[in-house]
Amino acid sequence: MSSEISPQNSAPAKHTVAIHAEQLCRHYRMGETLIRAVDGVTLEVRAGEFVALLGSSGSGKSSVLNLIAGLDRPTAGRVVVQDRNLAQLSREDLAKYRLHTVGMVFQSFNLISSMTLAENVELPMRFAEVVRRKRDGLVREALSRVGLQARMNHRPSELSGGEQQRAALARALINRPQLLLADEPTGNLDSHTGTEIMNMVREFNQQLGMTVVMVTHERALAERYAERLIFLADGKLVGDEANSTVAANAGTDHARTGGGYA
Amino acid sequence: MKLPDLTELAVRNLRESLLRNSLTTIGISVGVASLVAMLSLGIGLQQLASRRLMKSGLFDTVVVTSRRDLRNFNREEERNGPAPGESRILDEPTRVEIEHLPNVLEAYPDIRFITELRYEDKPHLTTIAALPASAKSNDAFENVQGHFFSSALAPEAILQKTFAEELLGKTPKSGVDETNVKDLAAPLLGKELTMRYAQRVATNDSSGDQSPPGAAYSVVSREQKLTIVGVAELDPESMRGPTRARVFLPLKLAESLHVMQPTDLREISRAASDKPIYSSVTVRVKNPSQVQTVENAIKKMGFNTFSILDASKSIQQFFKVLDVFLGIFGSLALAVAFIGIVNTLVMAILERRREIGIMKAIGASDSDVKKLFFAEAGAMGILGGLVGVALGWAIGQVINLGTNVYLRSQSFPPEHFWSVPWWLVAFAVLFSFLVSLAAGLYPAGRAARLDPVQALRYE
Repeated sequence: MSSEISPQNSAPAKHTVAIHAEQLCRHYRMGETLIRAVDGVTLEVRAGEFVALLGSSGSGKSSVLNLIAGLDRPTAGRVVVQDRNLAQLSREDLAKYRLHTVGMVFQSFNLISSMTLAENVELPMRFAEVVRRKRDGLVREALSRVGLQARMNHRPSELSGGEQQRAALARALINRPQLLLADEPTGNLDSHTGTEIMNMVREFNQQLGMTVVMVTHERALAERYAERLIFLADGKLVGDEANSTVAANAGTDHARTGGGYA
Repeated sequence: MKLPDLTELAVRNLRESLLRNSLTTIGISVGVASLVAMLSLGIGLQQLASRRLMKSGLFDTVVVTSRRDLRNFNREEERNGPAPGESRILDEPTRVEIEHLPNVLEAYPDIRFITELRYEDKPHLTTIAALPASAKSNDAFENVQGHFFSSALAPEAILQKTFAEELLGKTPKSGVDETNVKDLAAPLLGKELTMRYAQRVATNDSSGDQSPPGAAYSVVSREQKLTIVGVAELDPESMRGPTRARVFLPLKLAESLHVMQPTDLREISRAASDKPIYSSVTVRVKNPSQVQTVENAIKKMGFNTFSILDASKSIQQFFKVLDVFLGIFGSLALAVAFIGIVNTLVMAILERRREIGIMKAIGASDSDVKKLFFAEAGAMGILGGLVGVALGWAIGQVINLGTNVYLRSQSFPPEHFWSVPWWLVAFAVLFSFLVSLAAGLYPAGRAARLDPVQALRYE
């Protein structure tokens, strides 16, 4: 059975290039000092791939993720996502790109504390001007996917970290994006809850065919879930290797058909 | 983002910081209330003045005089029309002609003379004027003690308060006017006055060849008994200055008496006939807005006219200026509220910096964020406007009530000093909304420009 919450019809075919970054730079000036947060990174991510960006603090992995997410603009180089050079998009077009193409989850969950879970999940649909009568059903479905239907009228402060991150995942999925970007999604969770969240992320990747780029500093976590590990240090790409372990673990390629998980 | 979503989010955001937003909204309300109070006072005073002046019969009145009356000689008019000697006479056919002009309600002759009245064998000299039946609606007779003339030919008189005082031998204290009309009227109503006057009687004397035929009349001293039927508090002729009368007779009665008029000497060749010649005719127009048209039509007939229209224009101008000044004072409080809104919204940006970052990260555009802050400012403006109008109205009612209690204690009739017309309610709410939107301009722009990466880092 097909789900309402699955990537939009225009999802790129599997193994085509979803993200292409070329000589990507993000430099900041702080007084007299030039900080090279991202310094000439070139990488490619294929559609449907699960990639982990690894590195220590300050290595530039979150900065790369922000550039891919369209939250920031490169100072040099280019980042092309589904044939669109993000550096050339207007502010309005970048907002549309974030609204329809990208779903984001953060280490600190970033739910709006004054809103209930249902309202948090509904918010991207308000920006996308989805008709009101469709929204309720979609919110229920998204929250039931992450097992939070019973908590939909609770505020984030009334939930555990794991539940908040699950709600954030539901929100990231609600506009059916093709790209899921996760910035340290388990950073604030215990290992059991972290595993639960990561299993969900993998499920979205495998069952919905979403391209996942995850930033983490935990190599073990990355090796367990990502197909490819990209290493960054001092803003530069220092390693890019396929993760053979995950291929052996997963063995669920049959599910990568975008056929939903209902 | 669509308007219903925008409104819903704005209202929910306002509810989140309830105390601060309520205080800001109260600030706007006070501003709007002060504006409404000031303007409604201005409008109320203007309406009161118009009402009073309209009732005085001055604003719908045109006074017509003949060009032959050189007391009203005007060189400008002389140049534009026939010479005084060749001008038309203000007689009964002319009065009827004027009365038949479009928009004219009535035209009646101004009969006015100075004569002696005897009361309890004491002579009193005063000016007497005739009043048509329509004068009953004049506000001077609103609180008349006794009643208006029982008929147009009734030998009755209405006295103005000062003349009643004179008859009773009371001298009002200088500067203080505290005499109760009721007390004055009580001993006078139903009493008799004897009016002595000079009657013009046409004679058929044509003894001398030099005299044109019919140009002779005699002046006979006559007496007329009058019953006092009313004492008026206000002076119906207060605008007439030194020529104002203090005793009034029914018009038809006055006409039938053929009292010698100043014009009779001027129009000596015609005065001998029974047909009267009037010194002036008072024309009442259906609506003050038609005064100018009627005046022009009468001028075309070759007469001089006077109306208080120009004076009314300056009064209206005065009230417009007063309204502007009151509006400016009222707006000062709204200006303070304006700063309050800016402050509240700037604080909200600081508080909700991270929230703005989150909204941008999940797809809100700059314009979505801008609209949201505008909607919050606008919602505060509308709410503040509505509460402010209610508050302004309540303040008005309280002041009106207080003023009327004071007026009653001073034996004055109550008045409406306060008026909150619907257009003022709509204007105040709209103005409050627009001022709030203007106050939201800077904060909304600032919120929209926030860098999402920076905003997300904000704790």
